[in-house]
Amino acid sequence: MFLITCPYCGTRDQSEFSNAGEAHVARPEKPEDLSDEEWADFVFLRNNPKGLFAERWIHTAGCRRFFNMLRNTATDEILAVYKVGETPPRVSTAEPATPSGEAPIGSGNDAVKVERPEGGE
Amino acid sequence: MRYSIYNLIREGLGGHRGWPRAWRNPDPKPAYDAVIIGGGGHGLATAYYLAREHGLTNIAVIEKGWIGGGNSGRNTTIIRSNYLFDESAAIYNHALNLWKTLSRELNYNIMMSHRGVLNLAHDEGEGRGLKRRVEANRLNGVEAEWLDAKQVKDFCPVINISQDIRYPVLGATLQRSGGVNRHDAVVWGYARACDGMGVDIIQQCEVTGITVADGAVTGIETTRGPIKTPKVACVTAGHTSVIAAMVGLKLPIQSHPLQALVSEPIKPLVPCVIMSNAVHVYCSQSDKGELVIGAGIDAYNSYTQRGSMDIIEHQMASLCELLPPVSRLRMMRQWGGIVDTCPDASPIISKTRVKGFYINGGWGTGGWKATPGSGHVFAWTVAKDDPHPIAAPFALDRFYSGALVAEHGAAAVAH
Repeated sequence: MFLITCPYCGTRDQSEFSNAGEAHVARPEKPEDLSDEEWADFVFLRNNPKGLFAERWIHTAGCRRFFNMLRNTATDEILAVYKVGETPPRVSTAEPATPSGEAPIGSGNDAVKVERPEGGE
Repeated sequence: MRYSIYNLIREGLGGHRGWPRAWRNPDPKPAYDAVIIGGGGHGLATAYYLAREHGLTNIAVIEKGWIGGGNSGRNTTIIRSNYLFDESAAIYNHALNLWKTLSRELNYNIMMSHRGVLNLAHDEGEGRGLKRRVEANRLNGVEAEWLDAKQVKDFCPVINISQDIRYPVLGATLQRSGGVNRHDAVVWGYARACDGMGVDIIQQCEVTGITVADGAVTGIETTRGPIKTPKVACVTAGHTSVIAAMVGLKLPIQSHPLQALVSEPIKPLVPCVIMSNAVHVYCSQSDKGELVIGAGIDAYNSYTQRGSMDIIEHQMASLCELLPPVSRLRMMRQWGGIVDTCPDASPIISKTRVKGFYINGGWGTGGWKATPGSGHVFAWTVAKDDPHPIAAPFALDRFYSGALVAEHGAAAVAH
């Protein structure tokens, strides 16, 4: 993932950008009513999927504006960028065949790509 | 077969044809008393102490690749215990004490080298922070000392301490009992010792689901069939969130790539481990002569076990200023592992609200140093269904109570 297309500035090197974590995490509407569990959920707990992920980026060395991105965290393939406030576009991407599996391309994990030898002990 | 000079000579005379396999390669049984997901250092250590200290030998370690092929084979093997808070000092020093005798205990040379770890200070604020950590360490019985710039130069002559560089070295903390060891040997030693006690180590087997009935674990689904078990211990650095999601748990963990690289082999140059928070690089020299170099995580979530070039460029620039002679070295290999980071840079060693499901993960960028201690206290937690006193502060409920163990400074790696 070396090139990112900022929706305001166009395609730039990834080092110009900073990641800002999961997108679409809404601030609680009535913070005074939250329990400890609900606060922990808002402050600390985040989705961390292997596969499709909606996240925020900021163009730190450019327009300094936040925007959202859909990316496959199993392959680092960037699927869409869209502005804050917009609904995420529909995209399709190859999810891992098994929960912890590796994609045939885009993964640096060779350990699980190796087939078990035929007739091995 | 026990490894000894006698057996080495005997096998040498026989052309080394009589050595048995270090561990079996069994098919999974239909049921176990406990299953450990993840055959890295922490998982195998957990199995080892479950079998040795708690008598649980009808257990299995399930590994999707090969043992030690994940983060155990990708880290830079730095061992130290100079953490700030009491809770961290307890667990990392517990591990350091176990490392000291592990080769003898496992009858396997883990090549533990207590060569000393330097944590450099490049400005006065950082120097004060590090001195405070030295004092905190001493109060906790953790060996630590402060060196000024000249003493740093005496201990590690290759470091550039000239005061006209952008971030001059003002001093450093030194933990002499810190060092490095051999990652493969640790994993293989634990695997062989586990196998010797009857533990099944099942490789090339991925867990695809966990079955839960009435709030309690009943078994797991794998690519080699279902296995019944009342206890599942998740020790899957890099995939903790994925496994926890199988029982419906959401965790305060984010997974990031952490890269490392090694240079071509050279003659002895770096006699200790050098770590710098401010310019942000760490480096040691392997017994083969390669410089082993690492730095911070890539800031975005990813499971690809690859990282971005700008991270590498930054750490190499830092290293060239810190150790000027290395500027012409070629780098031989570069790789990434996936680290599960917690908001407070401390691990999760915990029971969960699913009975029989235990988590040991979220070690962030520094899990290797804790391997034996982590396995030891987690085995207790799993066997007794009650947290070991050293593990108790690292339970999941700290994120609800607010009793975090915030170790971002001592973690020494930005995340």
